[in-house]
Amino acid sequence: MTKAKRKRLIYCLITYALVIGAYIILQNMIGAKAISRSLKGLLVPICAWIIMAVSLNLVIGFSGELSLGHAGFMSIGAYSGAIVSGWLLAAFDMQDPTLRLTLAVVMGGIIAGIFGVLIGIPVLRLRGDYLAIVTLAFGEIIRNLVNVLYVGTADGRLHFAFLNKKLPEDVIMLVDGAKGAVKIKPISTFTAGFVLVMITLIIVLNLVNSRAGRAIQATRDNRIAAESMGVSVTKYKMMAFVTAAVLAGMAGALYGLNSSTVVPTQFTFNQSINVLVFVVLGGLGNVLGSVISATFLTVLPEVLREFADFRMLVYAVVLILVMIFTNNPLLRSVFSRAFAPVKSLFRKSKPAKTEMKGGQAQ
Amino acid sequence: MIFLDHLINGLSLGSIYAIIALGYTMVYGIAKMLNFAHGDVIMVGAYIAFCGLQYWGLPPVAAFLLSMLFCTLLGVTIEGFAYRPLRQAPSLAVLITAIGMSYLLQNIALMIWGANPKSFPTTFINGSNIRLGQLNISSATLVTILANVVIMITLTLFTSRTKLGKAMRCVSEDRGAAELMGINVNRTISLTFAIGSALAAIAGVLLCSSYPILQPTTGSMPGIKAFTAAVFGGIGSIPGAMLGGILLGVIEIFGKAYISTELGDAIVFAVLIVVLLVKPAGLLGKPMREKV
Amino acid sequence: MGDTKRKRFTTLFYEEEKPMKKLIALALALVLALTVCSAFAEEPITLKIAHIGPTTGAAALYGLATQHGAEVAVEEINAAGGKYQIKLICEDDEHNVEKVINAYNAALDAGAQMIIGTTTSKPCEAAGAQGYTDRVFFLTPSASSTAVIEDKDNVFQVCFTDPNQGSASAQYIADHKLGTKIAVIYNNADVYSTGIRDTFVKKGAELGLEIVSEETFTDETTDFTVQVGKAQEAGAEIVFLPMYYTPASLILKTAADKNYKPIFFGVDGMDGILSVEGFDTSLAEGVMLLTPFVATSEDEKVKSFVSKYQEKFGETPIQFAADAYDGIYILVAAAEKAGITADTTPEEACDLLIAAMKELQVDGLTGSMTWDESGAVTKTPMAATIVNGVYVFEN
Repeated sequence: MTKAKRKRLIYCLITYALVIGAYIILQNMIGAKAISRSLKGLLVPICAWIIMAVSLNLVIGFSGELSLGHAGFMSIGAYSGAIVSGWLLAAFDMQDPTLRLTLAVVMGGIIAGIFGVLIGIPVLRLRGDYLAIVTLAFGEIIRNLVNVLYVGTADGRLHFAFLNKKLPEDVIMLVDGAKGAVKIKPISTFTAGFVLVMITLIIVLNLVNSRAGRAIQATRDNRIAAESMGVSVTKYKMMAFVTAAVLAGMAGALYGLNSSTVVPTQFTFNQSINVLVFVVLGGLGNVLGSVISATFLTVLPEVLREFADFRMLVYAVVLILVMIFTNNPLLRSVFSRAFAPVKSLFRKSKPAKTEMKGGQAQ
Repeated sequence: MIFLDHLINGLSLGSIYAIIALGYTMVYGIAKMLNFAHGDVIMVGAYIAFCGLQYWGLPPVAAFLLSMLFCTLLGVTIEGFAYRPLRQAPSLAVLITAIGMSYLLQNIALMIWGANPKSFPTTFINGSNIRLGQLNISSATLVTILANVVIMITLTLFTSRTKLGKAMRCVSEDRGAAELMGINVNRTISLTFAIGSALAAIAGVLLCSSYPILQPTTGSMPGIKAFTAAVFGGIGSIPGAMLGGILLGVIEIFGKAYISTELGDAIVFAVLIVVLLVKPAGLLGKPMREKV
Repeated sequence: MGDTKRKRFTTLFYEEEKPMKKLIALALALVLALTVCSAFAEEPITLKIAHIGPTTGAAALYGLATQHGAEVAVEEINAAGGKYQIKLICEDDEHNVEKVINAYNAALDAGAQMIIGTTTSKPCEAAGAQGYTDRVFFLTPSASSTAVIEDKDNVFQVCFTDPNQGSASAQYIADHKLGTKIAVIYNNADVYSTGIRDTFVKKGAELGLEIVSEETFTDETTDFTVQVGKAQEAGAEIVFLPMYYTPASLILKTAADKNYKPIFFGVDGMDGILSVEGFDTSLAEGVMLLTPFVATSEDEKVKSFVSKYQEKFGETPIQFAADAYDGIYILVAAAEKAGITADTTPEEACDLLIAAMKELQVDGLTGSMTWDESGAVTKTPMAATIVNGVYVFEN
């Protein structure tokens, strides 16, 4: 095994070990009732946000495309999951929560994936900031559409209405327009979240370390060179984008089924930006980093509850300072000299730095 | 008649978007970064003008100029502290810093002025409404549209005739070459931010004169829509920002009036996507040719 | 000699003057008992109540209003002595259905026995459902959608449910013959707004009111020219505004710009429009609204509350604050009835309080209130008109 391969293997193993270890420790704490309600209530959301961060990292870090609408896929997953779960319960009297959750999560992923394909086809034809704005636009469109969507179940069938709430009289509402998904029976569990996180990690880590993964990173590093090498840019960018969409959908279903209601305002542009911050702070192309940063940044606001008024202020200041300190070349060289040996173990797949081309007219 | 009414409202809303979009597009063209904090500078400008009128008893013109001055200084300070150290950094890092700056401005405003919405004095733009038959045009609308035209003419003249303006165009085309030609890039970029922030202050005052509710989150949505408008018109192009902004405003109003009020925003974004698919660099943008 | 002494001794105690001795003994015993009792009575029981509401973010002014209103009540009760001393735990839910669960958990970790909250409807629905599973009692001052109390027994409201406001408004308009052509503008993204609109339209249809125009907007909308224009086009004499005062103030300005002068009818969310800093109150002239609380009322209790609130926080309270003030008093009354002590766990307190609430009647700032097992409150809605920049109560 080459040195590089070994390093990658160690990196993957450390990632899995960390997640499994955390799960075991937390389960024991829950069993021994040694866990606060706050932390216990955060476990499923943390799992969901980890999946979101890792999937977005696939798009931004490995595929090199800035996507600002990732929360849209999460919302599709959440709504699909709520509809499926509610329908299975009402129409088929499926009482088993684990079965319902599994089906809901799978459907959430599939439907989000379908949207991922539909959105990906136009979006991935654009470049850079134009792609970013179009993903933002799609995120907002999804939110607007969901706001006027009405879904109910009656006589075993699903009834859909759009803009006008024209549904049969005896319908049980599952999605009520602006009120969002209503009367959800929460069935998500920490174990389910853990399983989903592991599935996500296995998929993503194996994808990026495979041939397809190298192709994806090639399209990120130099689009033209990749194309001239016969690597189909469209195919591989779509692969990354759709995989991320499916994972986000599953995360959304898990997240949605953790609460009794889901509203469109939970999946705004701000939420997409939140996930983006997780990814950037954890390091582009660094899956373990995304896991850690998503966990840390979800728990941090709760820990800072005492400083309620200053919470967001401190968060903003810290964010700016971290960005400046990790990106300013002068400050960076100071740090990297200090941490060189540790860093070599965690070498992430970094996008190639393009040198500034002087004097070239465009 | 109603059509004309909607058209004028659309032009007014579009003018506000255009002025904001100008700030975005100038900064993007020259500093090559998306300044997400721009929308919040608008909000700060509106608050300063409000304070000037309400607390310090200044006449409208003085409050307006104070607001412009403050925002200019604010913009230059932000650039110096947060964006300049990241000149060499990947654009994503600068984006996140800009987002952090946006949160910072919103929360500082929340701390200083509180969460309660303030009502921007409608007497700021003092003038009666014009009535043409059944049509009612408010004075704020007129001033907004006029301001837009004046700004566009001024900026176009500035960038094409003056030395500073030409320096800005040079830096936007090729920063390395501009530096070699003896242009002080740092100062040019600071000037860009200064102009952009001054425009933000104007936009803030006009926005709140037409829609008099002022909260720390006031600048957020107009900021996103104006950013969309800038991209729509071709980011980096000044006439593009103008065109994009006005079109966006008109499309939004007509979409709400003739299709559906709930889906107004969705229609705007859908039009954007369609246009970008046909013209990937925006309406007036120059398609980037990559040399290998 | 010993016998005589003993006899004299016993005679002293057991024979003559028996009633007098007994009286003294009784008096001594009473004094002893009273001292012991008062010693027990002076030990106030600490009641831990958690306030959950949005104290940061876009809905902060509502969360801060309920928090401040609760604080005024807590201060009053603690100063007056009495059976309970209240410890108020405050948590921020940022008007977010995910964060409210975190706030709820944090409150329970801090020892809360009952919750006054949450301030806004959607988060209350989510937190209430969690509380239903965990058996925690909620008294919400202001979350008014029906979903908040549906399918659960642990959530009670101080405020009217939205449907009541919708049908009460329609009834009022019909009874007072305010006009025949009605336009409705409502926030399609808000549970509060759509809930009221639904029952208004339904009741209006029953009463024969003609709704000529219905337009929607969302949370981010600032431009209302289309919505107001359509109402004007349709010739509406009354415009029903089931929304909060922030978008309402924009609609009033837009209508003034268009020289459109219908009667504007609002609901309790309209309260606060006069206290928006810098607002031109002439725009609100003639606006009618359904509200249980008006800060300029001449009522003694209201005046006392308003002055205390102004002294402590430097601004006039809106009805959210009054609802929370009443809420604290209701909780204390219910706790007293149920016999809650400092050691009562939230789960025990929940069932005790639910039973107590059904038998309670409280006269608060917002009216005389009773509850049924659904959790909804029964009290009389009142309508007020804004005349010369002040609220004037109609009957």
